[in-house]
Parts: sequence; structure tokens; C-alpha cells
Amino acid sequence: MSNQRGKIDFLQGNDAIVEGALLAGCRFFAGYPITPSSEIMESMAAKLPPIGGVFVQMEDELGSIAAAIGASLTGVKAMTATSGPGFSLMQENIGLAIMCEVPIVIVNVMRGGPSTGLPTKASQADVMQAKWGHHGDGEVIALSPWSVQECLDLTIKAFNLAEEYRTPVIILSDAILAHLREVVTIPDHEEIKIVERKYPKVPPEEFVPFKADESLIPPMATLGKGYKIHYTGLSHDERGYPTDDPENYRKLIERIIAKIRNNIDKIASWDVKFVEDAEIVLISYGSSARAALQACIDARKQGYKVGFLRLITIWPFPEKIVKKISENSNQILVLEQNMGQVLHLIKETVEEGAKVYFHPKLGGEPFTPQEILKQIRRITG
Amino acid sequence: MKVSPIRKYLREERLPTIFCPGCGLGIIINATLTAIDQLKIDMDKTVMVSGIGCSGRIPGYIKVDSLHTTHGRAIAYATGIKLANPELNVIVFTGDGDTGAIGIGHFVHAARRNIDIKVICINNLNYALTGGQFSPTTPKGAWTYTSPYGNIEGFFDLCELAVVAGASYVARWTVREVYNLINSIKKALKKKGFCFIEVVSPCPTNFGRRNKMETAQKIINFFKEREIKVKDAKGLDREELRGKLIIGEFVDRELPEFTETYKELILVSQKKFKEPEKPGLAWIELEIRY
Repeated sequence: MSNQRGKIDFLQGNDAIVEGALLAGCRFFAGYPITPSSEIMESMAAKLPPIGGVFVQMEDELGSIAAAIGASLTGVKAMTATSGPGFSLMQENIGLAIMCEVPIVIVNVMRGGPSTGLPTKASQADVMQAKWGHHGDGEVIALSPWSVQECLDLTIKAFNLAEEYRTPVIILSDAILAHLREVVTIPDHEEIKIVERKYPKVPPEEFVPFKADESLIPPMATLGKGYKIHYTGLSHDERGYPTDDPENYRKLIERIIAKIRNNIDKIASWDVKFVEDAEIVLISYGSSARAALQACIDARKQGYKVGFLRLITIWPFPEKIVKKISENSNQILVLEQNMGQVLHLIKETVEEGAKVYFHPKLGGEPFTPQEILKQIRRITG
Repeated sequence: MKVSPIRKYLREERLPTIFCPGCGLGIIINATLTAIDQLKIDMDKTVMVSGIGCSGRIPGYIKVDSLHTTHGRAIAYATGIKLANPELNVIVFTGDGDTGAIGIGHFVHAARRNIDIKVICINNLNYALTGGQFSPTTPKGAWTYTSPYGNIEGFFDLCELAVVAGASYVARWTVREVYNLINSIKKALKKKGFCFIEVVSPCPTNFGRRNKMETAQKIINFFKEREIKVKDAKGLDREELRGKLIIGEFVDRELPEFTETYKELILVSQKKFKEPEKPGLAWIELEIRY
């Protein structure tokens, strides 16, 4: 629960995302109906026109993200929302947003896959797709809320990160959070921190659109302001002009990755509890972490020394905290609703000698604290 | 020496272009910039958007805010730009593969919404940037790398599609009819609504050479032999139009434009919240307009 002052409401996760987006200044939404994310676009369709914002229902998800990227280039905060199949269709244009460094927020309300899978039930199986779904290298930011309140708070954060780092930011919600109703504090506008994008400070004739200072993030000119910028998905030089020069390409890709990775300490957040004396640490994220925390509390009552780490930022992957935890506790139990995705990142990150156990949950039902407790007993013997 | 009036619009530091000798894209850039120059269009308030293919490279040579996007999606990007800032003139350069195949959904839906975007579709009768494969507008029987025994697929009439989908203005010319093309672009730029101009253009490198038309002149002669004006084509059946290339204006009509209607929708939504006892009245008025 946030400590901010504001209005108390009783909302589902999808609605909380809309509240967060509007508070953050989102004034453009393009989408295409898909379960379990449709309430986001329905709510946007009702709420954007009265405040002068734009809502458009596109012909498919490729068009939705394309329209949102186009809108963002005109200086408007823009967003789209979808679920697995639609997220797959968006991947090529997510790549364009990375390459052209366009701020945009994409909500993926995860459901079971592959293919049509389990449209009405949850999964956490798009974690890898969020980072690696588009072709080529690159870096994105992905956030994973675990409560309705966090759906709101992290959506505000997503817009701030997108604007600050000129990058797509993905919110990885899921079908459980989407339709879960909880008490939420909708903060007053003055209570929240809003980050606006950096605009050029020099006139058009002096502006080099993709030349960055030490922040590695170039200021962004808005379409229609006389800057006459050329954006291309092709490898481009600092002027934005296409070039296939190998050295130029290497510099470009290194910069768009480094501008995020160099700031991982500023971007990444997590929630850590009871790890000081823990012999085993549960690592989870999103709605799965709710049962994990309960299991942790229940296990401690029964005398098991169990710790809890919840990843709020999935990408860039917060290696430092995972490494630190594995220094103290050499047993880790990863809990996620898939056949193992964040699991691999954790295995790659932990200190030598740490044992990483995995308990997957498939089928769309949430984890129960009891089943996690059973795993804890099994591991600790 | 007389300097061309369009030269000031070009990013000269990027010249020469990557276009092949005999390509029609130069003529189309010239026609577009001439129309812009004659109408004194504010280039600070203009955005040019393209997809992938030879046509996709056009905006990069013009001093203007420009977006070279993904294959087929130019019209969807343009939709977002125009809706987010309706003050901008939004011009899309696209090709027959971009618009007629991979991006056909965005094309017909933008025409259905009748959003104020001006689409110049360069139809060079094949996928040229990838080396010459058949496209949805390649003539039947033509040799391409993916139709080595002759193309057996039917020809898409993109202009007819734009008309039935609801565009405000639709025209087709070949690069032969430069003045008609300039006039059509001028009409489109002045019009409020979705405008679609198809320009049939020679591709000697990839289409011509494989179809016994190795020069631009031979391809242009091929267009000339087959051209029939819209008014002359009226009343002819499919059989009589076989092998013909219909040129001219297909439609020029006044229809409600999407960003204008959206502005009304904003007012409706605001009024609706003030008068909850009478929901839906304004919607009925809107429906009558259609």
C-alpha cells in the first residue's frame, strides 16, 4: 500500500494500469481487443476523449504499436496494451522503437501460451519474449507488478523510465492481477513524480539528433517543430542517416544497450525480506510472489529459516541483489508460472556452490502457499 | 545556371540516391516536391512516412521530419502521428508490396476511417529491393525470380480497393503523366481525407530486364500501350479490360474526415458527462451524418 495521499478506490489490475497511465500523462492509446487485457482499452476509450486525449482501436496489434510509436514521436505520451498473441505481433515494431529510441509503454497481460493457449488464465511465460522477442540485440525495461496498487504505481514509473531513457518499457502483468480487485490509493497528481523527456536546447541547424552526451541518451526533437529529423530502423549515424559502416553499427548498438545497463542501479527495484539468517530464499515476481511471501511467513512460524526476494524489475535483470543473496544463502527456490525463464538468469548469476531449485506452476491457477511450503520441506529435508 | 525549385527540399549531403538508373522514384520525388512548392506547403509542419522497399528510401532524401518504418506499417505509424497532432501534413510513400501485401490491412482500414493521410503508392510491379520477386500487382505471365515459369496470380487493383474502402480521393497515373500526377498530388494535399495516389513506375533492373524490357523507355512504352482512361474504361467488362492499365481519377468526393470527427467525439464525451440524463442523443446525430 502506498503512503501517498489520494483517493481510495476498489479496482481491478487492468483499471489501475489505466489510472496510473493517465496520472503519468498518457494521452494516446492504440490497441486491439484481446483477453485478458481488453478492459485496459475499454477504460481508455471511455476516459481519454473527455480529457482531450486520443483513443484509437486499430486493425491489429502491429498497427496498434505502430500508431502509438508515431504518436510518441509527436511529443505525446503513448501506450498500448495486449496479451501474448498480440505481444508476439508487436515484436518487430518494438525493435523499431528500440532502434529509433522512442519512448513507449507496452502492457502485456500474460496468459497461457504458446499460441491461443489459455486465454483467460495467467502465466508468466513472456518474460524472455519481453527482452528477446524482437530480432537483433537491444535492451528494454520490463516491470512486474504484484498487486493492484503496484499496477498503478509501476505504470507511472514505466512512463517515467520510457521518457528518461528513450526506450520501450514493458509492464508484465498477468491474468490474475488483471481481474483481481483490491483497495488502491490513487495518488493526487501533485504527489507523484513525473519525468518529461529531454528536448533539444539548440536550434535545428545545430542539432545532431542521435548524438548523446555522457548520459548516452540524446535529447529528442518533436515532429513538426522544424528539426526535420530522419528516423530509420536501419543502422544510422548520429545525424540519423542510414549507414552500414560496421564501426558505426557497433557504436550505435553498444550505446542503446549501455544507456540502460549503465543505469541499472537507478532503474532496478526489488522487495527483499527475511534474508539475513535465511538458509533458503524464495525468488519470485508478479502475482506468484504473493503466495511465495505467505509461504515464507508460514514456514518461519514452523521454524524454517526462509527468505524472500521479489523482483520488481525483470529487465534489465537485477543481478547484484541475486548475487548478494546467494552469498548468504546457498539454497534458492525459484517460483514462476512457466517452465523456467527467470530461473536461467538466476542460475547464471548466483555464486558458485549455491543450489538453485525450481518449482514451476502451469495451468493458469495461482501458486498456493501450501504447495510452496511442501517444496521448502522437501529441499530442507 | 538555373537551380531547380525543388533542390532546396533535398538533403543534398545524402545524394546521389541508391536508386538504379531508369528507376521512376526520382520522377515521383520531383512531382511531389513540385506540388509542395507550388502550394507553398510548410515543410516544418509536414511529416513523411515510409515502409520498406525502394519507395521506403524516399523520405530520407527530403529535408523534412521523416520516418522510415517497418515493412507494411507506414500507414499505421502515420495514423498515430496524424491523430496525435492533426495540424501536421502527413504524407506516406509506400510500394506495391508494402501496401498491397504485408500492409494491406492498414491501407484499407485507414481508407475506411478516412483519416487525412496522403498516400503515394509507387507500384513498380515487383519486389525490387529484394532482387525481383512477384508482388500482388505483378502482371500475369510475368517472369520474376519467384515466378520462373510465369506469374499465375491475379493482379490487385489497389485504386479500386481504396475506393470501396472509403477514401476521399483516389487516382492512378504512370510516371509518363507527370503533370497529371503533380495535379493529383496538389489536389490530395488540399483535400481533407484519405487520399491514395498510385504511380505505376518503371523498374528496369528487376522487372524490365526479366521481361524483355531492359530500359525504362521500353517499360514506359509498355505502360503507354496498355493505358486506358477511367472514363473510357467505364462500361467495359472484365474481359474487355484484360491487360489494360486504367489511369485517371477514380474518385474525388467529400466525406467526413476521421480527425475532424474525433474532435466532435471529444465534445460529445465532454457533454455526455455533463448531461447524464440524456445519454446517447449526440450519438444519434453523429450516426445521421453517416
